[in-house]
Amino acid sequence: GGSRMTDLTSSIPKPLLPVGNRPLLWYPLNLLERAGFEEVIVITRKEIQKMLNLDTKMKLDFVCISDNMDMGTADSLRHIHQKIKTDVLVLSCDLITDVDLYKVVDLFRTHDATLSMLMKKTHEPTEVVPGQKGKKKPVEQRDFIGVDDTGKRLLFMANEADLDEELVIKRSILQKHPRMHIRTGLMDAHLYCLKKYVVDFLVENRTITSLRSELIPHLVRKQFSSPPSLQQGLDNKEEDQKKKEQASLDIYSFIKEDNSLLKPAPDNSCWNDHRGDMNETLYEGKVRCYVHIMKEGLCYRVNTLGLYIEANRQVPKLLLNLGLEEPLVHGSAQITDRGMIGSDSIIGSSTQVGEKTSIKHSIIGSMCTIKDKVKITNCIIMNSVTIEEGCCLQGSVICHNAVIEKGADIKDCLIGSDQRLETKGK
Amino acid sequence: PELSREEKLQLRKEKKQQKKKKRSEKGPAAEPPELGTPSDLGQPRVAAHPTSLPALADGPNDGEKPAGGKSKAELRAERRAKQEAERAQKQAKKAELSQAATTAKPRLTPTEPQSVVKRLPEHVQVDDPAAQRKLAKKLERQQVPLRQDYGTKVNLFSHLHQYSRKKPLTQQMSIPSMVIHPAVVRLGLQYSQGIINGSNARCIALLEVFKQLIRDYSTPPNEELSRDLVAKLKPHISFLNQCRPLSASMGNAIKFLKKEISCLPDTLREEEAKEKLQDAIDKYLREKILLAAEAISRSAFEKINDNDVILVYGCSSLVNRTLCDAHVKKGRAFRVIVVDSRPRLEGRETLRRLVRKGIHCTYVMINAISYVLPEVSKVLLGAHALLANGSVMSRVGTSQIALVSKAYNVPVLVCCETYKFCERVQTDSFVSNELDDPDDLIVLRKGQAQLGGWAENKSLRLLNLVYDVTPPDLVDLVITDLGMIPCTSVPVVLRVKNVDQ
Repeated sequence: GGSRMTDLTSSIPKPLLPVGNRPLLWYPLNLLERAGFEEVIVITRKEIQKMLNLDTKMKLDFVCISDNMDMGTADSLRHIHQKIKTDVLVLSCDLITDVDLYKVVDLFRTHDATLSMLMKKTHEPTEVVPGQKGKKKPVEQRDFIGVDDTGKRLLFMANEADLDEELVIKRSILQKHPRMHIRTGLMDAHLYCLKKYVVDFLVENRTITSLRSELIPHLVRKQFSSPPSLQQGLDNKEEDQKKKEQASLDIYSFIKEDNSLLKPAPDNSCWNDHRGDMNETLYEGKVRCYVHIMKEGLCYRVNTLGLYIEANRQVPKLLLNLGLEEPLVHGSAQITDRGMIGSDSIIGSSTQVGEKTSIKHSIIGSMCTIKDKVKITNCIIMNSVTIEEGCCLQGSVICHNAVIEKGADIKDCLIGSDQRLETKGK
Repeated sequence: PELSREEKLQLRKEKKQQKKKKRSEKGPAAEPPELGTPSDLGQPRVAAHPTSLPALADGPNDGEKPAGGKSKAELRAERRAKQEAERAQKQAKKAELSQAATTAKPRLTPTEPQSVVKRLPEHVQVDDPAAQRKLAKKLERQQVPLRQDYGTKVNLFSHLHQYSRKKPLTQQMSIPSMVIHPAVVRLGLQYSQGIINGSNARCIALLEVFKQLIRDYSTPPNEELSRDLVAKLKPHISFLNQCRPLSASMGNAIKFLKKEISCLPDTLREEEAKEKLQDAIDKYLREKILLAAEAISRSAFEKINDNDVILVYGCSSLVNRTLCDAHVKKGRAFRVIVVDSRPRLEGRETLRRLVRKGIHCTYVMINAISYVLPEVSKVLLGAHALLANGSVMSRVGTSQIALVSKAYNVPVLVCCETYKFCERVQTDSFVSNELDDPDDLIVLRKGQAQLGGWAENKSLRLLNLVYDVTPPDLVDLVITDLGMIPCTSVPVVLRVKNVDQ
């Protein structure tokens, strides 16, 4: 992980990146704990497990994969498929959100869905990102997401990279859902509720390597394609066998019938998800994908530097909302001038802050030493950093163990770990 | 020997004197309004719960209790105990003479020793804080979350629950549900979101989920399956009740299941017992619901003639099936007028199903029935439950249709399976009903919702009723799987059913 943030992650693995003085992995685990989960399977590299020190009440089951294997997300699921016995909730380690998880799971349960995921409306980030020169590229790889009128059913998903010039929509989708809203400003939170037979399907179908870019669009497309019809006759046995093999890789063969929601009751229940035509409810489609779109609240995926900084800025609010009792300023920090510290700054343990030092909107890690007359605004400072007197830091990210000498004036910079900046540097 | 007239008079005088004495020494101790008179024993019940008869132990020796300085409750208890003692004496004497059915009733020791009142079910006592507290405690014990009521209710219906669909019960539960089986959570969600609708559908889904519950159940050590399984089912039933109040069909199915479980012989192994239960559930499903529908469809077919114009209301699985069978299998030529009403608009689903089979349909709203009734030859209605006095409890609007049909002299036929027959008695739709989400009444026209801010307006209340009760004199015939009976024969059927079981 962390391939888009190589500057930061060269020294620290991504799950351990500190956000608000807690390792990144803490946030999704906290989300699960609040929802009431008691056992979590964490798939990560061995070294991370050793470095991780989290206090949660949940039972964490670490499954380690070695460093040299280049595993995609789907491969990881395949790796642990024996542990998965029922429907599963998958989330990635860099998700920071305060969503009500029950909304996503309710969609999954109510409609007996194959897949239920979370997305958030985003707006373009406007802050300058330190460490990156030049204009930000305005057009990144956009995702086109099509939802139906209620905003819950997922009809279409494609990435700009996969499309040449036109957006192609199957006619069958439009016939069944005449009104479709296509949005591009949605961010995928990489939180998925999957049925067990999807995992079985993954195990058999080894061509899929990534959950997000391959499996999910595949499932969304499958909603509107009909199950493979039965083979015709036994004319050519070989051909039949080949067909059978291909057919067994189709997801429909994995769907078990006994728990189907509408099996005994379709003729009895008066509910129908559409009106105005003659078809049965849900068009008797067996694969259904739903999405919960968050409009308010926090949802960040920390996979670029800009998002990392943004997340750090929002984290004090999030921690307050969660009702955590730890004060923003840690008890063991020695601060001489309380008044100069802004109200939404987080200061870690055993940090020493000298006199006349003003700290605003910043996050300072533990065991830092900040001498007198330092001005820190909008910065993220990790652990064990030493900042000498008279420095002025604005909008920067300073990694572990860095030393900033006297009188340095730093603006919008990214300083790697163990770096040493000379006196009066700029 | 029965008490002679003089003895009875004497008894009454004594009682009056004691009452006067008590009242004068305590001051204004208000008579509890629910005190039933001794002659009430034989009357039909108001609620489905058994009356709580007092223990006989509170015998004749309560005259010696010290007077003064006692709490209201104690004095009330004394008075009632005395009444009960006298009543019990009378009953004992009667029982020697005649084998009255009342003594055959099991004498239950009451949880509150002083209540003579027929206990009302909780769901019609929402404005009574004591009852709600009891419910909260019970739910807490079973670890089922309590659903909060939503919005101001119309005064006349303030004794009923009113929930909002946007605040599901799962909000207060942890996602991997430990206490409640996940299939039951899913079912509850589907009930509360209206995905499974209609009393047959709900009952079938409930029985399927119970089968799964039994499959996944394993007896803990040192426990009896017959007792433990019933105890395990209780929180699930409370949960489903919180999601959406149980229907009469579901209630009867649950009663049947509990009886089956408690009748299991102890000698069976767990596997055999579970299989036996699943077979019993399958049998119930097959006989009482599926085969009954087939039988009703056949009986009703005799009543459908060629060139008939049949009026149906809402979406009833039985009526739909009857009409489709008559058209497809037997080839009768008739046309149907489908009447629909807001906010559920279930008639559209009926319309879709009938038109699919090729039946000629007309679709009107309920305010147009007096215009279409002159050309209608009969009205076919479905029922949610049939009450013990012959009233039909069905979707709101049904009684209106029955009333107007009577005025136009159009025969009204109700189709109902016998498993929906209920021992309750209701003469009006207020006492026990269901209030649906009031936000359903808000409709968007050209992007504007007129009722959108109803909660802020203090003098505006929205009412979304689900059921109503049609009196028996408006219904001409009830078609059941036992045959075609008049409405007044419903108590006979109930009695026969009870004797059978």
